[in-house]
Amino acid sequence: MVGMTRKKTFIWLCIFLLPNLLGFLTFIGAPIVSSLIISFTDWDLLGEMQFTGFENYIRLAQDPDFWVSFRNTIFFILGYIPLVLIFGLACALLLNKQMKFRAFFRATFFLPVITSWVAVSLVWKWLYNPEYGLINYALSIIGVDGPQWLSDPNTAMIGIILASAWKDIGFVMVLFLGGLQNISPSFYEAASIDGAGNARKLWNITIPLLAPTTFFVTIISLINSFQVFDQVMIMTGGGPGGSTEVMVQNIYNHAFRYFEMGYASAMSWVLFLVIFLFTWIQMKVQDREVN
Amino acid sequence: MKIMWLLSLFFLVAVISLVGCSSEGESDGSGEGGDGNGTTEITYYSFSAAPNYEDVLADIVTAFEEENPNIKVNTELAAYDDYFTKLQTRLAGGNAPDVFELNYENFVQYASKGTLADLSGFIEEDEDFDPSQLNQEAFEAYQYEGKQYGMVESFSNVLTFYNKDLFDEAGVDYPTADWTWEDELAAAEKITNEENNVWGTYAPATMNEYFKIAAQNGGQLFNENGEPTVDTQENLEAMNYMVDKVTESGVTPSPAEMSGQAPADLFMNGQLGIVHTGIWMFDAFKDASFEWDVALEAGNTQKAHHFFANGLAVSADTDKKEAAYKFARFMSASDQVAELRVENSWDLPAVNNDEVLQPYLEQTPPENREAVFNALDTLVLPPVVKNWSQINDVTNQEFEKALNGSKSTEEVIKTLQSEYENILN
Repeated sequence: MVGMTRKKTFIWLCIFLLPNLLGFLTFIGAPIVSSLIISFTDWDLLGEMQFTGFENYIRLAQDPDFWVSFRNTIFFILGYIPLVLIFGLACALLLNKQMKFRAFFRATFFLPVITSWVAVSLVWKWLYNPEYGLINYALSIIGVDGPQWLSDPNTAMIGIILASAWKDIGFVMVLFLGGLQNISPSFYEAASIDGAGNARKLWNITIPLLAPTTFFVTIISLINSFQVFDQVMIMTGGGPGGSTEVMVQNIYNHAFRYFEMGYASAMSWVLFLVIFLFTWIQMKVQDREVN
Repeated sequence: MKIMWLLSLFFLVAVISLVGCSSEGESDGSGEGGDGNGTTEITYYSFSAAPNYEDVLADIVTAFEEENPNIKVNTELAAYDDYFTKLQTRLAGGNAPDVFELNYENFVQYASKGTLADLSGFIEEDEDFDPSQLNQEAFEAYQYEGKQYGMVESFSNVLTFYNKDLFDEAGVDYPTADWTWEDELAAAEKITNEENNVWGTYAPATMNEYFKIAAQNGGQLFNENGEPTVDTQENLEAMNYMVDKVTESGVTPSPAEMSGQAPADLFMNGQLGIVHTGIWMFDAFKDASFEWDVALEAGNTQKAHHFFANGLAVSADTDKKEAAYKFARFMSASDQVAELRVENSWDLPAVNNDEVLQPYLEQTPPENREAVFNALDTLVLPPVVKNWSQINDVTNQEFEKALNGSKSTEEVIKTLQSEYENILN
């Protein structure tokens, strides 16, 4: 009898999972598999597919543009992740306190997260405008001659990093707020009795106990920031002089502008492996530290 | 066992319903395509009508359907920037529009991949059409390996647009047909007024401009076999001319000084003495608050003018080729369409009929509309090479580096030569 019910449950499980599974297989599973196959061909969308072995991957290793976009992406990540972690945590700590209008502030900080990247990029593009933008206007009031921001290859990526951090701090803040809520107040009470100050509590209680959240936030941010694209596309289009060209944009260009599907698929798989590798390393490191 | 059987049944049902959906979708398009019973429905995909000429295209389609009551035309529009991505994806998916627009630069790529239908047979049989009705240069631009794969509909070129008021203020003579680079630079220097944010001249520092400037100096970026020949003295001088206007003499605003504004807007604001742009801007500049006119482009060792053509091609896969050809021919050679184009300043129809073109010449501004036709005597076609858009991107990126001073023009030209070789191999 027990066996029967199990079987029945299994059948029902299948029935309920089927619609979702079909969608997954059709729109995600099949494209993933076919992109792997395409990455070994020279398909240009129009002509016949020709198997070229590892040619795309060999070309990739020797393609200076690919490495430039890889370097730019890493630069973006190195600037972006510390910023969102530090300011996300700071906002979470502030808004975890009892205060007036707390819900209002939390909503306000979260607002950029749900705003479309297109709108955000256009507004920031305008803020960064060296002639008419608010940022350089504000700087000129305190007597600073503002940089050219997005038109200068040295500052363009910094501009994108700042805008991206601004948009995502709210998201990170919400995750940290959840983490803070899980820390039992008794730890803080005990620490107070022992005479620990606020800084001490932060360092010895909050940060260590937030480690699982921090780990999660870092991985999510890392995966997302390897795939940075929208804001770059709209704010600079990869310019000036290729100084903000990132990996996904490079993939997009080769796939949909130069019609080199095979090469673009190969790049996508390399991007996937890079993300996988970084996440795996993080998991290993975290495993040792959290436990 | 029963479970497996049930599961496979479910998959089967699901797969069948999926297939059912897709084949239903296909028959939606071709169901009425059959001859005999009623109308043939064709899809026309266009970039040149978006966004300013949708109404004109609608009028043209109405006129066509009146003339051919058994053909119905559905139009689909996309902006130029997105057009080819969508077209290519649809061709790859076996769901190509029956008839679609191609500009000259992209035509060869599509013809060489076998995606276009050969129209030579239709043209021979067509009693109402003779190629002599069209501008021959433009008509022949749509041939590939001796076969006609497209019908040219319109062409356009780029001229020197100048703000007469700014020229008068600076006390400079207006551009003439035999202006040289030196003349333009001298005039631009007098007009430039940095305090008022007024600059003498503007031309984009891009691939599209570069191949023409190079030709004005007797240079050539690619030889007859399509091999890159960019690293030459002539081409270097041409690049220096373009870059120095920004970095040395300052008669052209830098990208930072432009700060995201379009050159056409700067011109309309009275901030540019000269702007090099296409005749498609006639309509937009019509209401300028100052007097303006056009002139032939300045040359150095010789004259050279852009030539852009748009045409219609028929998909090789469609089973409605005849109806599609009829529409392509109508767009290309019908006087009615040509008149509508002229009336609405929608490019220049490629027809040879002077009567139709007369109203185009009579409209003002600009006074000097004949320049549009005079420019055809010294036209330079865009290089036809594979991977044009990639070559374009690389070149524009390198120009940005030259403009912001992170690379010298000598270095840039060396990079371009090797990049082109890489891309084409």
